[in-house]
Amino acid sequence: MDIQVKAPLSKKEASALRAGDIVKITGIVYTSRDAAHKRMLEQYEKTGKFPFDMENAVIYYAGPAPAKPGNVIGPAGPTTSYRMDSYAPFLMEHGQTGMIGKGARSKDVIESMKKNKAVYFAATGGAAALISSHIKKSEIIAYEDLGAEAIRRLYVEDFPAIVVIDTEGNNLYETEKAKYRTL
Amino acid sequence: MRSIEAEKITQAVKNMCITANLDLNPDIYCAMEKARETEKSPIGREMLSQLLKNADIAKADRVPICQDTGMAVVFITIGQEVHITGGLLKDAVNEGVRQGYTEGYLRKSVVKDPFLRVNTNDNTPAIIHIDIVEGDELKIDIAPKGAGSENMSKIFMLKPADGIEGAKKAVLDAVEAAGPNPCPPMIIGVGCGGNFEYSAYLAKKALLRPVGSHSDKPHIRQMEEELLEKINRTGIGPQGLGGTTTALAVNVESCETHIACMPVAVNISCHVTRHASCRL
Repeated sequence: MDIQVKAPLSKKEASALRAGDIVKITGIVYTSRDAAHKRMLEQYEKTGKFPFDMENAVIYYAGPAPAKPGNVIGPAGPTTSYRMDSYAPFLMEHGQTGMIGKGARSKDVIESMKKNKAVYFAATGGAAALISSHIKKSEIIAYEDLGAEAIRRLYVEDFPAIVVIDTEGNNLYETEKAKYRTL
Repeated sequence: MRSIEAEKITQAVKNMCITANLDLNPDIYCAMEKARETEKSPIGREMLSQLLKNADIAKADRVPICQDTGMAVVFITIGQEVHITGGLLKDAVNEGVRQGYTEGYLRKSVVKDPFLRVNTNDNTPAIIHIDIVEGDELKIDIAPKGAGSENMSKIFMLKPADGIEGAKKAVLDAVEAAGPNPCPPMIIGVGCGGNFEYSAYLAKKALLRPVGSHSDKPHIRQMEEELLEKINRTGIGPQGLGGTTTALAVNVESCETHIACMPVAVNISCHVTRHASCRL
């Protein structure tokens, strides 16, 4: 049975999730990847503010393809998360509780997740056409000049994901790999 | 001497940019269907099902399989009897990329400078490799490649003493280090021999080969088969979430090299591995 997850995500709800949980996310998530992360941190340094409320925020590491006429958004699958590793702990210190992406995370990120009660979800990499059908609204709210990398506020319904790293640092990539390793 | 209009090249490149990004190659589709039957992990089977369903949606709705529609890599094999009229070859290719990425609603993923990082807004320039051969035909292979897997690629300047076992270890190390990042199941292109840059070129070219094809050279074929078997025992699995399907193919290309050299380039690619081809 899939677990329903609401976004924004409270620390309490984040802490109840376990690595391996198959979830469906409904609510507001923000897209941000390489260039937007860099700019968010620069903006915070100058103004003391982020372009959206970071408290309990879920960030989706994604840069969609252009929408065809009549579509809410173009294909929008996850990008590889480790490129955001140098920025993620700062955002978790300021309230972020959820990350959606794909691929491994650094030790620093996992330590920060444990400390700040944040959770890391994987969406299926390269399943962009399938994932987009769960994105019901999309609006650019910052850094429009970055094109695909602009920050979008998305309303998602039953967005399919899997908890890969939980608030205790359990890591599904490692535990599942070990089960099937025969080298 | 045979004349080919630049405009024809533009049209071909434009159409292939779109089809390569929207239609998953049948060899990969079939390989994933087969893998779903043999995959031991339930999560792995679910991931393969999602990827197949996604490919079906992309084909039916005419949208890209993945939002990362890549940097366009274009291989031009041109007969030396061919004369191109009405424009320059490279301009014709880039114009095709420009039109294909704009009209096909593909993502513009190219920046002008590695450090300044301002988008070119039309996905140009393409990476163009030109080979001149005999004859009066022009062949275009287009392989748009996403960055998630490209970033996991590696080159090893091994010693001749490392031998073929050293080369196999290098490929396996690259795959283990990549883990879940390049969207497995992967296709692995390997280039052995040549020099630093030529081995990387061969590795990229190896990705053009269909899944299930093998090298004509017996020792290289054996290397391909052994590596595929080993890679599928790493446990990485579909999407890195564990399982017995980590790669669908290992394609190795090899060529002459220096007495002191043994370069091994590993170009890792994802389950989308785009490729389209045409002859003019």
